[in-house]
Amino acid sequence: MSLDFSTGDPRFAVDRPALIARLSVVLPADALLTVEEDLRPYECDGLTAYRCLPSLVALPENEAQVRAILRICHELRVPVVPRGTATGLSGGATPHPDAVVVSMARLKKILRVDPFSRTAVVQPGVRNLAVSEAAAPYGLYYAPDPSSQIACTIGGNVAENSGGVHCLKYGLTVHNVLRVRGLTIDGESVEFGSAALDAAGYDLLALINGSEGLLTLLTEVTVRLTPKPPLAQVVIASFADVRRAGEAVARIIAAGIIPAGLEMMDKKAIHAVEPYVKAGYNLDAEAILLCESDGTPEEVAEEIVRVVEVLDNSGASEIRVSQSEVERLRFWAGRKAAFPAVGRVTPDYLCMDGTIPRKRLADMLEAIEALSRKYALRCANVFHAGDGNLHPLIMYDANQAGELERAVAFGAEILELSVRFGGTITGEHGVGLEKIDLMAEQFASGEIAAFHRLKAAFDEDGLLNPGKGVPTLARCREYTLARAGTAPVTFVAPKS
Amino acid sequence: METHLADFIKDTAEGREADAILRACVHCGFCNATCPTFQLLGDELDGPRGRIYLIKQLLEGRPVSEKTQCHLDRCLSCRSCETTCPSGVNYYRLLVIGRGLVEQRVPRSLAARATRLLLTEAVPRRWIFAPSVRVGRLLRACLPAKLAEKVPDIVTAKPWPRPAAHRRRMIVLAGCVQSTLTPNTNAAAARVLDRLGIALFEAPGAGCCGAMRHHLHAKAPALDDIRRVIDAWWPHLENGVEGVVMTASGCGAHVRDYGVLLRHDPAYAEKAARIAAMTRDVSEVLASEQEALSRLLRESGTDRAGRRVAFHSPCTLQHWQQIRGVVEGLLAAAGYRIVPIADAHLCCGSAGSYSISQPLLARQLRDNKLAAMTASAPDVLVTANVGCQTHLQSGGTTPVRHWIELIDERLNGVC
Ligand SMILES: Cc1cc2nc3c(=O)[nH]c(=O)nc-3n(C[C@H](O)[C@H](O)[C@H](O)COP(=O)(O)OP(=O)(O)OC[C@H]3O[C@@H](n4cnc5c(N)ncnc54)[C@H](O)[C@@H]3O)c2cc1C
Ligand code: SF4
Ligand code: SF4
Repeated sequence: MSLDFSTGDPRFAVDRPALIARLSVVLPADALLTVEEDLRPYECDGLTAYRCLPSLVALPENEAQVRAILRICHELRVPVVPRGTATGLSGGATPHPDAVVVSMARLKKILRVDPFSRTAVVQPGVRNLAVSEAAAPYGLYYAPDPSSQIACTIGGNVAENSGGVHCLKYGLTVHNVLRVRGLTIDGESVEFGSAALDAAGYDLLALINGSEGLLTLLTEVTVRLTPKPPLAQVVIASFADVRRAGEAVARIIAAGIIPAGLEMMDKKAIHAVEPYVKAGYNLDAEAILLCESDGTPEEVAEEIVRVVEVLDNSGASEIRVSQSEVERLRFWAGRKAAFPAVGRVTPDYLCMDGTIPRKRLADMLEAIEALSRKYALRCANVFHAGDGNLHPLIMYDANQAGELERAVAFGAEILELSVRFGGTITGEHGVGLEKIDLMAEQFASGEIAAFHRLKAAFDEDGLLNPGKGVPTLARCREYTLARAGTAPVTFVAPKS
Repeated sequence: METHLADFIKDTAEGREADAILRACVHCGFCNATCPTFQLLGDELDGPRGRIYLIKQLLEGRPVSEKTQCHLDRCLSCRSCETTCPSGVNYYRLLVIGRGLVEQRVPRSLAARATRLLLTEAVPRRWIFAPSVRVGRLLRACLPAKLAEKVPDIVTAKPWPRPAAHRRRMIVLAGCVQSTLTPNTNAAAARVLDRLGIALFEAPGAGCCGAMRHHLHAKAPALDDIRRVIDAWWPHLENGVEGVVMTASGCGAHVRDYGVLLRHDPAYAEKAARIAAMTRDVSEVLASEQEALSRLLRESGTDRAGRRVAFHSPCTLQHWQQIRGVVEGLLAAAGYRIVPIADAHLCCGSAGSYSISQPLLARQLRDNKLAAMTASAPDVLVTANVGCQTHLQSGGTTPVRHWIELIDERLNGVC
């Protein structure tokens, strides 16, 4: 199935040969892909259900080339889709048929690691984990750690305001980025934030975090580095039923404990990862909780005692504490590989990303179980439980007619429920293409209109990453009518 | 991943296998992060996820050109991506299927065909390769630098142990290039095993294991190589020889695949499978003799101890055979200090004939690997495969050796 969202978008009348001729002047031959054979592998990101052949792909290797591409595209009114390493799960980097996909993967220099100010200045294509590796000799690391950290880029992280298992204590990307440099669609340099803790005027830096490639193309990011704690240990608790596990999460936080990470996996997720990672998870458990403690040995020892006590009182059937760094990493490895490992038990999955108040975890799990029966699709659950961020993985088979549509509808119900429970439709993966219709579930049309004005302040012609993040008002109206039962629901769904 | 295989392949065994592999890929991109060519080139098409996509297009009947061929050619077959993939995608099998189809559809230039012919015919034959290297060495001073660095140094082996009446005997593969380029490797292995009460010997007539031709898609000659090796070894294996020891991880990975490669040959399938099962890397053999080895190490002095060693684990050891930490453990037990090297999972660029077919990338990977290995100024550089050893050697002045030579020196002294 592929995506057709170009219809009804007459803003872009691209003269492709002219565009190629212009871009060829500013890019080396191996940095411009023009034929279908080369373009296809760029048709999707980590959300493979949504695919679209781009007009062109450009692979710049420095800021000057990025600027030149933007100027040409701006002048010729050609849309631009920024791309990191396309691990995104909401279709943020999915191409647009008229667009030039600008891959930032070649801009991957670590420009500076400063152990004194505890900062690093990196190009946007640097992988998240590479920052921590470069900081390791100084006893520092970059705290936000999406499970995809081995592969995703800092540029993508900023664009999605990504989170990770350690964000409960150390914050999301937005809390760990000090300054960004970027280019607007007309090729002008912009800079937000500063090396200092606060800057004068509006905090536009926070706006850029999570802007999904709609406002600027990021070309340089200054991140905060965090000292590695002297010790970290993780507790694994097994539960014979999910409700108890959900309640244990609420109790840990209620006890005033802020763990370095608090994650939950249900039985289906455990069974998918254990054969690959051999992390030692309890295969009989209905759910497991991973709760990390870090700090000085005394702090860790004290916190672990408290955590174990709460878990014990919450009815955990088995509790283990990592006894070495190797063991701790192995316990986490299973969680970090969880999404793709689910690929071992199903050909395809949709990874959802809603948030809910922690106290509703158990209700949500039960609701998902019921939906799973309703749609006759399996669903494995992996949660950043500590911050109430859910990642239900809805399993389907794209080669079976109708399964994707069922999976999409299943996912939409989960997100609608998230909003009803007092949560949001995205915790960290962004809106992208996937959740654009659901924005109307979360925001009133006045708010959406404000988003559009903001976008226009940066990009009047709507050339940067069109069709993502914020729905048109017309689309919102359609969606609202459909939910009220007066019109059929049409998600941007992948069509046959 | 959604797939729609084309009619020409859909209902064949190969098609079904390829489809299952494609469907296991969830397009997460983790593998790109540990792919040497993606790290160098930063183009989706030069990473495993993109190559999988290129092969998918091919299998779905879309037209392919030399573009796809080029990106598949650049793949080192290092299988680092498979070690990384949480979804269990058998990338290399898919690559073999994809390359086979591309080979049928996209003709190669005359020059490319000539190089391949030379590699498939000359290198695996010791009687051509050894004299060529000797001539090359004589002429090295007159060759352009780029060519000269490809001609290896003259290395002499220390003597093999005197034949002993050990009850335990094992075969070691002489190999096609190893006996010429690094003859001390098998000699050192033989001396070490001799101390452990195991007699090691090379069976005459075995020749090349077939890996070279296999990787150049010379399917039939590659299978003939294997049959010849089996014929040379079989009588010994019937005659009480305990197993086959591999001192080159590249050959080891291939021999361990014999059972699969000859599964459709009724005359050889069983023998091939048995040989594959009896084959172990020399590190595994030593690790299983740990007790005796520790005793020997205690008895011998500690003169070499404390030397700092950088070990490059070949892809055929860490990714193909999934043997990790064993060599490092043995060296540490022998008193050497292993220095950590950055990006230890990355290929050094040797990759069979890669240094000849993709000289630019091979050189970059080699220089990166050498920089990583020498970053903390170790005393010795070692690896576990003749190809990596000579390739790395061609890029620097510090000798690169086989790790077994270090164990040999600890047990038997430097002669
Ligand atoms: C297995 C798996 C696990 C994951 N786990 C997590 C997790 O734990 N937490 C989490 O938050 N996310 C997670 N993700 C989602 C994803 O990895 C993140 O969203 C990540 O930040 C995307 O980075 P990327 O480099 O792949 O960006 P891409 O996917 O290429 O792009 C993402 C968005 O950023 C924009 N963009 C990229 N680079 C730039 C730039 N330089 N300038 C402007 N815009 C840009 C793109 O237009 C797009 O909108 C996971 C994904 C996978 C596949
Ligand atoms: S890591 Fe595995 S599943 Fe993920 S893209 Fe690579 S091959 Fe596919
Ligand atoms: S085998 Fe090696 S070079 Fe080839 S795609 Fe996999 S990681 Fe990259």
